[in-house]
Amino acid sequence: MNLEELLAIQKETKQKRQQKPKQIRCCIASGCLSCGAESVKKSLDNAIKEAHLEQEVEVLGVGCMGICGRGPSIEIDPETTLYHNVTLENIPAIITSLNQTKTSENLPPQGDLNHPFFAYQKLIVRENSGKIDPDNIDDYIAEGGYQQLHHVLLEMTPNDVIKEVTKSGLRGRGGGGYPTGVKWATVAKMPGQQKYVICNADEGDPGAFMDRAVLESDPHRILEGMAIAAYAVGANHGYIYIRAEYPLAIKRLEKAIQQAKRYGLMGSQIFDSPFDFKIDIRVGAGAFVCGEETALIASVEGKRGTPRPRPPYPAESGLWGDPTLINNVETYANIVPIIREGGDWYASIGTENSKGTKVFALTGKIENNGLIEVPMGTSIRTIVEEIGGGVLDQGTVKAVQTGGPSGGCIPAHLLDTPVEYDSLQKLGTIMGSGGMIVMDQDTSMVEIARFYMDFCQEESCGKCIPCRAGTVQLYDLLTKLVERKATQQDLDQLEALCQMVKDTSLCGLGMTAPNPVISTLQYFRDEYVSLLQVT
Amino acid sequence: METKTLTKQPQKSGQKVDKRFKILEVTMKRNHYRQDALIEILHKAQEAFGYLEPDVLEYVAHALKLPLSRVYGVATFYHLFSLKPSGKHTCVVCLGTACYVKGSDKILAALQQELGIKSGETTADKQISLLSARCLGACGIAPAVVFDGEVTGKQTAENVLEKIKNWQQHGEP
Ligand SMILES: Cc1cc2nc3c(=O)[nH]c(=O)nc-3n(C[C@H](O)[C@H](O)[C@H](O)COP(=O)(O)O)c2cc1C
Ligand code: SF4
Ligand code: FES
Repeated sequence: MNLEELLAIQKETKQKRQQKPKQIRCCIASGCLSCGAESVKKSLDNAIKEAHLEQEVEVLGVGCMGICGRGPSIEIDPETTLYHNVTLENIPAIITSLNQTKTSENLPPQGDLNHPFFAYQKLIVRENSGKIDPDNIDDYIAEGGYQQLHHVLLEMTPNDVIKEVTKSGLRGRGGGGYPTGVKWATVAKMPGQQKYVICNADEGDPGAFMDRAVLESDPHRILEGMAIAAYAVGANHGYIYIRAEYPLAIKRLEKAIQQAKRYGLMGSQIFDSPFDFKIDIRVGAGAFVCGEETALIASVEGKRGTPRPRPPYPAESGLWGDPTLINNVETYANIVPIIREGGDWYASIGTENSKGTKVFALTGKIENNGLIEVPMGTSIRTIVEEIGGGVLDQGTVKAVQTGGPSGGCIPAHLLDTPVEYDSLQKLGTIMGSGGMIVMDQDTSMVEIARFYMDFCQEESCGKCIPCRAGTVQLYDLLTKLVERKATQQDLDQLEALCQMVKDTSLCGLGMTAPNPVISTLQYFRDEYVSLLQVT
Repeated sequence: METKTLTKQPQKSGQKVDKRFKILEVTMKRNHYRQDALIEILHKAQEAFGYLEPDVLEYVAHALKLPLSRVYGVATFYHLFSLKPSGKHTCVVCLGTACYVKGSDKILAALQQELGIKSGETTADKQISLLSARCLGACGIAPAVVFDGEVTGKQTAENVLEKIKNWQQHGEP
């Protein structure tokens, strides 16, 4: 493959898409699939055939459109009509409505693309989601796919690439928020012939599904991002570590890798340059701790996924002891646009210390469930009240949980806080990977804290005692509280133990496990106190 | 380093005809008997056998020239590997945060009561295994429940119980 061939595929695919005046795009990502999207797409296909409309209408399976709580969703172009909750009964009406002279009853509920849910979003990571067929590499190429890889390999030095990524101010989206450019530079500087790049697609945080949607909707973007990273740091072998709970994402990735290989976009001497690159998939087996980078590396090596102390960091000694770059899915997904538009462009979006956009999985007691991508600095209130449409059943927001088991709760009176790494940290929570769970007046904060502690005690790998024993003790104390059997002394002990587990655990899991307790104690201490046994 | 020689035959003669071992063998071959492919191989083994029986673990250990303790260590570390057979049907209730906030704990409680087993157990008639999961990534349609591998959203205790009753009625006597 060379650039001309790539551009030819782009042109041809675009032309092919324009041949038919109408296009019906059906979401075939997991959210909608579990609401029956597959049969909706099939019957649309059949109905189009029966009505002899094949020449005019194309039915395309596409990735996630974001509004997962109202699936199955379809969108009809060129009018950009969006329909929600599509059922098989709606199909005849939809077909009739394609012919605009007739309007029809029995149409599914129509979505409003000017609704704040869409209007406040800025799509960078998800720019192709819901637009292209994730199973077709040509669709990705039609959107300019693999051109940045070409540009990087033939016109930039590895150092140029790292400079551009550094300039963008991109910080890792896996939770820690470590500057991506700095990490790349560190791996690039390491001596040694053999280096690796790893994509962390473990997405263990309960309540998060951003990475899944990106992988299911636009898998080639991750492959291209990883290839660019590999070139920049001097690696020629990549691994995608993905959780087994995401079978569709695995299938689409496998297919994408095959297609890229067939086109010569992966393998040896890509674009006739000296750069070789291949990617292998490693499937996890259900262990939250395997998202932690040293545990993940152990798991890729086929071992028990237990963390080890750092340093040495994976950048120095990672997979098989070689320098290894490990980034999150969303981090890689940002690379292509950064190269395409430039680091300065990316840095112009967002805030002082948090650049670009962030994808959030907005769920819980909220009207509009789904995935959103907003510029950093957007206030939580805008997200919850405008984009999310407020609390379900006209309830009130009590708290918004971010950062999963490593994070904390933002109480209602602080909703005006902008989403940024630093501002969230000041509130005692974290951005984390992007789960955002809205809780209403009926939620007991002590029970939520206990819920997370239950998670952590079960997921603790058991390697170090503060985490293994501490999380169990914390869970027991919280249970005592919930059952109204705790005394002031227990509450004091709970607080002291939180600090101890935080300070002495070996890896991030234990170090952050007490956070949901500390955070709810900070803002909802009353609830804890009111549960104390009256003596 | 382990010095056992690689045997391509299953350990017990009775299993020589077992097609499932063939599937396993093909998977291992495809992975070039690499020790780091252990987890993929165990996934495949579990798919073929339904669970990881001791014979299978021994077979894998032998073929990959790994100490049995290492294979057991891995098989027991990861939640998705099971060393016990499961029932004819499985029902997995998501207990991730989004589902929990929307009441999946009540769904699980209702199921436990109806089936008389705890999460992680199988009914005495081997019909139904009840499990829980930590977020299926379907939080947009929470609460989510997986029936025999199929994820369904927006579940309630009532319709989950109905589904289970269906299984019970149409199951073998
Ligand atoms: C217990 C634990 C679980 C983690 N889980 C994930 C995960 O599921 N996905 C992820 O990308 N990072 C996860 N991380 C963070 C990774 O260790 C690592 O920092 C990240 O993948 C680096 O990529 P980034 O710089 O692009 O964010 C986890 C960390 C800890 C301590
Ligand atoms: S902190 Fe917990 S998860 Fe991390 S190494 Fe220690 S026991 Fe394992
Ligand atoms: S919390 Fe249940 S699917 Fe995510």
